[in-house]
Amino acid sequence: MSAGRGQETVRIVVDGRELEVAAGVTLAAALLDAGVQMFRRSVRGDPRAPLCGMGICQECRMTIDQVAHRRACLVTVASGMTVSTQGAVSS
Amino acid sequence: VAERYDAIVVGAGIVGAACARALALEGMRVLVVDGRFAGGGTTAAGMGHLVVMDDSPEQLALTALSVELWRDLSRKLSHEVEFDPCGTIWVAEDGEQLDAVREKQRVYATHGVASHMLDARGVAEAEPNLRSGLAGGLLVPGDAVVYPPRAALWLLDDACARGATVLEHSDAAVTDVFDHGIRCGSREIEADVVVLAAGAEAASLVPEVPIVPRKGHLAITDRYHGFVRHQLVELGYLTSAHVMTSESVAFNVQPRVTGQVLIGSSRELVGWDASMNRSILRRMLERAAAFMPSLADLSIIRTWTGFRPATPDKLPLIGPWPSIAGVWIAAGHEGLGITTSIATARLIADLVVGRTPPIDASPYAPARVLDAATPVHST
Repeated sequence: MSAGRGQETVRIVVDGRELEVAAGVTLAAALLDAGVQMFRRSVRGDPRAPLCGMGICQECRMTIDQVAHRRACLVTVASGMTVSTQGAVSS
Repeated sequence: VAERYDAIVVGAGIVGAACARALALEGMRVLVVDGRFAGGGTTAAGMGHLVVMDDSPEQLALTALSVELWRDLSRKLSHEVEFDPCGTIWVAEDGEQLDAVREKQRVYATHGVASHMLDARGVAEAEPNLRSGLAGGLLVPGDAVVYPPRAALWLLDDACARGATVLEHSDAAVTDVFDHGIRCGSREIEADVVVLAAGAEAASLVPEVPIVPRKGHLAITDRYHGFVRHQLVELGYLTSAHVMTSESVAFNVQPRVTGQVLIGSSRELVGWDASMNRSILRRMLERAAAFMPSLADLSIIRTWTGFRPATPDKLPLIGPWPSIAGVWIAAGHEGLGITTSIATARLIADLVVGRTPPIDASPYAPARVLDAATPVHST
């Protein structure tokens, strides 16, 4: 699956940067597909990304539409969604 | 031949760790024994506030000294101890409580403890997530917060750097305490000074010690940096803490350096039952949300219980235990053990070497509980 082979896409905003990602999938899947490798940082500053993909491991927590600590693997990506890695990507 | 040390400390919680360090600083050869592991009991379950409290003049003297000693120590602590000089705000809900806050400020001032009155606007600016309509509060900027198990380990490591030895786990479980010594299984170990710093478990070694476990619940949230900036305590907290008979909850939240919010507090007398009491947990969280409504939107990631070592007169037992030669007590600090550990250790070390402590140690003398227990026969 890759956004750009003719399938439907949506535009979302990740850390203030607009990104075109696959539609109809979880936010976690859409971000991984778009090449986002760090979803957040641990308390010690280490990069974190989805591990289980099914809501258990808590590793994919992000601030989604201003709500902190939502699990990207349990949220379906939607047009206009704003997502913050709280500095994991930009720093 | 029995093993011999200058001092044995029974219990490697924060009080035992502080005592071990203080005695090692006096040049004594110190052994610390703990039947489980260092910092793993009441210390690990506590909130970690370093707070001046004025439930009684004796409590005020001990907490004020200890917070001062913690501040002196703070620049030496490792960053894992998470010392955060966030200060405390005592929150007043109405005019009557604001009057009590003024009185509190006056009492603190007489003990040299700085504090500042906040009006309704001041408290709202200091803590935007508090509900609107509060009357004000008292900011005590010298108060702080630490991560208790790490603080205990730091104290213990510092003691070890000065020659102390630590024995942990079941081999180090003390089964008996006698004149100038202890028994751990088949081992007998002797010392000039044996300090019982086993919290509420001191009563299992010396049954006359009137310390009972007073259960509490805590909850901690995920990381929300900046949600709360100071330790917040409702003015009614002292009432909740003081009344021993019934179960109670009080609003008390703390910012952690991780951005997490630690939420307390509850008090129950149910023996050593560590199970989660969902109804009191619910009351505790509702109390917190009544002061900080948006707390209800945060994710709690863990809840747990712990046992405060409570004494009948709300003061710790610090000093020699008259009925066993060479045995001292440093226990019964209830919910203030993290705060008062350092001052307790200072008093113990001063009394052991025969120096005059910085505050009058007599109100904490363990002998008082033996006097209190003497039956009064009516004539």
